[in-house]
Amino acid sequence: MLITQLKSKEAIADLIKGKTFIINCHGCKEVYFPEYEADKIQKELSADGDIIENITRDYICSTDNLHVQLKKFMDKIQEADTILVFSCGVGVQTLARFLEDKRVYSGCDTYPLPGIQGVTPMEFDCGHCGECYLNYTGGICPITACSKSLVNGQCGGSKKGKCEVDKDMECGWERIYRKLEKLKKLNTLNYPVKIRNYQLPFDELPKDV
Amino acid sequence: MKLTRLFERGEFVITAEVGPPKGFHINHLVDEINTYLKGRVSAVNVTDNQSSVMRLGSLATCKVLQDQGLTTIFQLTCRDRNRIALQSDVLSAALLGIENLLLLTGDHTTLGDNPQAKPVFDLDSVSLLHMVRKLEQGEDLAGNPLEGEPPSFAKGAVVSPCSDSVDAQLIKMEQKVKAGAEYFQTQAVYEPEKFIKFMEKAKQFGVPVMLGIVIPKSAGMAKFMNENVAGITVPAHMIEELKKNKEKTKAGITGVEISARIIKECKDYCQGVHIMALGWESKIPDLLDLACL
Ligand code: SF4
Ligand code: SF4
Repeated sequence: MLITQLKSKEAIADLIKGKTFIINCHGCKEVYFPEYEADKIQKELSADGDIIENITRDYICSTDNLHVQLKKFMDKIQEADTILVFSCGVGVQTLARFLEDKRVYSGCDTYPLPGIQGVTPMEFDCGHCGECYLNYTGGICPITACSKSLVNGQCGGSKKGKCEVDKDMECGWERIYRKLEKLKKLNTLNYPVKIRNYQLPFDELPKDV
Repeated sequence: MKLTRLFERGEFVITAEVGPPKGFHINHLVDEINTYLKGRVSAVNVTDNQSSVMRLGSLATCKVLQDQGLTTIFQLTCRDRNRIALQSDVLSAALLGIENLLLLTGDHTTLGDNPQAKPVFDLDSVSLLHMVRKLEQGEDLAGNPLEGEPPSFAKGAVVSPCSDSVDAQLIKMEQKVKAGAEYFQTQAVYEPEKFIKFMEKAKQFGVPVMLGIVIPKSAGMAKFMNENVAGITVPAHMIEELKKNKEKTKAGITGVEISARIIKECKDYCQGVHIMALGWESKIPDLLDLACL
């Protein structure tokens, strides 16, 4: 099970640059999605920003499905400057790959919820890190695409684009650099130091509740 | 002595890297350092389980060398320690009088001789720099105050000037400068033109850079590095040079000549040189003589 939590309203408002197309995913029952809160924030954002469309779909993590689901919106999507996605990390990554030339941003952070493991087949991996970094990394997850799960850029070990751990594996950070270069967004990596927080929100809850 | 003080004085700083042994007997290492490095280098840089091969600790080795009157640089990687252990070891270094740090992400555990180990990487090179800076400001990474006078170090980091992607290196370098890096050591350089071009761009950060030198021991080693070591390309003409006179190369003369040439070509573009002799510490005096240092 996963929990997606909305990023702060300020953080989300910051992502809206130009014409924005919003995609919500209410697909699977493995993810708890804050529908009510998301709807509220999106309404507020529509009042201030240029939201050209707001759609809700299911299973956007399935590439084939995504094709069909987005077909009739492709013109509007091409017109948009920003695609803002409210889903788990997998959904955002799938869209970022599918809409390779677009700025695809995540409005949510994904946490794990202990218990039953999901069974949805997926092409992408989300490590449920609790602070989704996809908005900095061109929609490629540094937690699962980098062997050391580094969040402040590449280590010194990548050779010819491959990871130092496995010559058959592409270096995740190399992929991130190339993607951002293509989007002309390399400077988004100039963010203040990131430090992972391994404390989960429910760790702070009293255990006997 | 902090390395930053030497840079401020305008000195061309020379450091050498040494690796602690696999065991706790270090008389041999101390003898070698006293014979070949003492008086010739400004500081000795002690590796932290280099290449993920388990060895004697960097911190204890630094302490022994300091007792011999040497200035040391304590290398610290994020591979084996979480943020609690990293902070604690940095405080221990301050207690032992170590004033220079080199802060790295570290190689992955699977590359070493205990590949079953858990890779930690709680922090990375950038957040590690940030962590030390916070300690210097009197609090730990979580914001809890330290007791008494906070520690103070010269904080170093590494950069790879001849890597495939120079732009990515420059971004990372800038992140490190912003996180507190006060000097840089580079990956081994065999392409002076590339290094000079890189330095043209890197000088905007205003942080001293030390040219990295690995003395090439043989054509085989050069080819191995080309295949396996990140950020290193030994040009074909150097490999030919190493092949030409096998005896001379074996004696270390060819490698020393090549290295001295690289230093001379790059010297005006950097603020120091860092020599990684990989067991050839005995060749360092000849190299420095030939490079007129
Ligand atoms: S950065 Fe990766 S692990 Fe973290 S929430 Fe986003 S997709 Fe999941
Ligand atoms: S080589 Fe790339 S993918 Fe591998 S650990 Fe380093 S940064 Fe991560």
